[in-house]
Amino acid sequence: MKINIILGGVGGQGILSIASIIGKAALSQGLYLKQSEVHGMSQRGGDVMSNLRLSSDEIFSDLIPEGQADIIIGVEPMEALRHLKFLKPDGWLVTNSRPFLNIENYTDRELIYSEINKIKHHVLIDADKIASEIGNSKVSNVVMLGAATPFLKIDENIIIDAINSIFSNKGKNLVDINIKGLKAGILEAQKMMVD
Amino acid sequence: MQNILLLGDEAIAQGAIDAGLSAVYAYPGTPSTEITEYIQKSKEAQSGEIVAQWTANEKTAVEAALGASYAGKRSMACMKHVGLNVAADAFMNSSITGVNGGIVVVVADDPSMHSSQNEQDSRFYGKFAQVPILEPVNQQQAYDMMHYAFDYSERLNVPILMRITTRMAHSRAGVKVKMQKTSQNIFHLPKVANQFVLLPALARVNYKKLLQNIPLMEKESSTSGFNKFIDGEDKSMGIIASGIAYNYLRENYENGKVPFPVLSISQYPEPIEMIRKLYSETEKIMVLEEGYPIIEEQLKGILNLGKPVHGRLDGTLPRDGELNPNIIGKVLNFDIIVSYENSASVMSRPPALCQGCPHTDSYSALNSALESVGKGHVLSDIGCYTLAALKPLEAINSCVDMGASITMAKGAADAGLHPSVAVIGDSTFTHSGMTGLLDAVICNTPITVIILDNGTTGMTGGQRSEATGKIEDICKGLGVSQEHIHVLNPINKYHEENVATIKKELDYKGVSVIIPRRECIVTLNARLKAIKSMKELQQN
Repeated sequence: MKINIILGGVGGQGILSIASIIGKAALSQGLYLKQSEVHGMSQRGGDVMSNLRLSSDEIFSDLIPEGQADIIIGVEPMEALRHLKFLKPDGWLVTNSRPFLNIENYTDRELIYSEINKIKHHVLIDADKIASEIGNSKVSNVVMLGAATPFLKIDENIIIDAINSIFSNKGKNLVDINIKGLKAGILEAQKMMVD
Repeated sequence: MQNILLLGDEAIAQGAIDAGLSAVYAYPGTPSTEITEYIQKSKEAQSGEIVAQWTANEKTAVEAALGASYAGKRSMACMKHVGLNVAADAFMNSSITGVNGGIVVVVADDPSMHSSQNEQDSRFYGKFAQVPILEPVNQQQAYDMMHYAFDYSERLNVPILMRITTRMAHSRAGVKVKMQKTSQNIFHLPKVANQFVLLPALARVNYKKLLQNIPLMEKESSTSGFNKFIDGEDKSMGIIASGIAYNYLRENYENGKVPFPVLSISQYPEPIEMIRKLYSETEKIMVLEEGYPIIEEQLKGILNLGKPVHGRLDGTLPRDGELNPNIIGKVLNFDIIVSYENSASVMSRPPALCQGCPHTDSYSALNSALESVGKGHVLSDIGCYTLAALKPLEAINSCVDMGASITMAKGAADAGLHPSVAVIGDSTFTHSGMTGLLDAVICNTPITVIILDNGTTGMTGGQRSEATGKIEDICKGLGVSQEHIHVLNPINKYHEENVATIKKELDYKGVSVIIPRRECIVTLNARLKAIKSMKELQQN
């Protein structure tokens, strides 16, 4: 088992929380893991990415080579596209459709969506809307994790366990809403896969 | 043994704790910050067994570590690469004093300048000071090396430089940690009472001892086990890979099996015997270094005679920037198959000041105050507020090194710039701004110093600022007159008032200090969130 994941977003959107949940789940399965993060200046509203690699065998590089990512998870559509050259030919691009508008020259969003739609395997969902509907707009990142879960090769329940152990000291409400967000994301991805 | 998920920075921190660390001193700087933060959060630091403190700057950090060593304890100083420039005086001389308790100076370099103003390679400093350098290949080795580093430091009576780079510092992996910790050294003063007295006559003696130890260090590099010679069938090329470059190399081969003989270097001085073996058994050498071409340059020598040596110097690899598996794959003639080209609709998204950041309001006021005199009057410094160089504010004209705003404003004023404005953050001010302010006060140079006080070291994630609550007193103490020190509230409501105050001081022909003071929006939000979740927990 070997899986390379690239997470893309804007500083502050919570891609590191997604990475730490997957990381916790992977470690509980006895997998090797490497997760490269961005700290420092870019976290101030710039584009940020994280490389997450899971494997049953030893992993060498902290960085994923170009053309080798099995999944790109975008919590923002333009940020998902930013790392396209890393995607495998049969890899999945799973992204939130909600733009994060903090630059003046943001591309017309229909153009962004059409670029995403050109990718053979993709999931494009409005995670912010789904998160609001279930009662907390802040869990949109976990909704995106849910949308990527069918492609992770890690069982849904193991990810739920990881959420439990990461958020348990912050109260039951937070654990519940995150699990709800995850499940909503999974459901949405399954719908798109059927389509 | 326990397997835990750690950043490279955290692996170093845990390794130091487990190796009997007594004290760590540091100034925050990406990508080194998490080492000290991790130790601060440890139960050993929380219970007071380990001193884990932020210092005014990197120089005071190394000196404090040296003091702890004098008292017999194992100590550490951590910083980013440019911090070692600040600490260089202490660091260089610590190789002459030697140590009593072991010292490890950890320096995190930032090739590709993700969060820095240059990409200098700290291995040069290790060579300059003639001390051993450790450069871990992965997080596990980073952890394992700490114990060795402190032992080695005490055995050879020399500080150790540990050099890492961004990808090691900020990448997580499972690390097996020891369950058995080494206990801390007991307090004991140096056996030779004047060991730390670098009077010329004594320094000469100490320096000769250091030089005598160099052959021992070279031998140690071949025998410690951290440098590895991995033989390969194909002798048409030998590869030297330093630090994490070895991982990028292995990434290109099935199961990480490289067909060429490889020397993986993670300890310096370079293991001469191992290099000689590689050189004699192969037809040419490829040097893969994360940083400057230090090993390559030494192999070539000035005359560049003998077998071909390839690397960053001859253009085989790029001269600047960090390495990655693709750069090395290309050098080894692997095809990189990319199915999707990067999309043209992706725009660059540079970092920016946060929504609600006090600096935005401070700069708006400054820009308005300077409107009539035009552009080019603002010398600035290192921190979040450097982002004001970009659109939409475009408010500053320099960012060079910690504290340079005040001293450059002074020099520019001496050369005829008027008004001459310095903009510096609170933490940067106590790091390296105070001495420059004294220079200006002594000469009564007409400069306006704006100290942006957000009560924290913001860019690195909100560490304690030593300036908090002290700025007015420091300025007064340095001789700035009371009527030319002003505190502003940088919010839009007071814009006109703030502009008027700045304008008045721009006209003053002496040193004035203006302190816009409002809490960093990131620390404020974090504080409010913590209060909120605490309340929720209590309710449940």
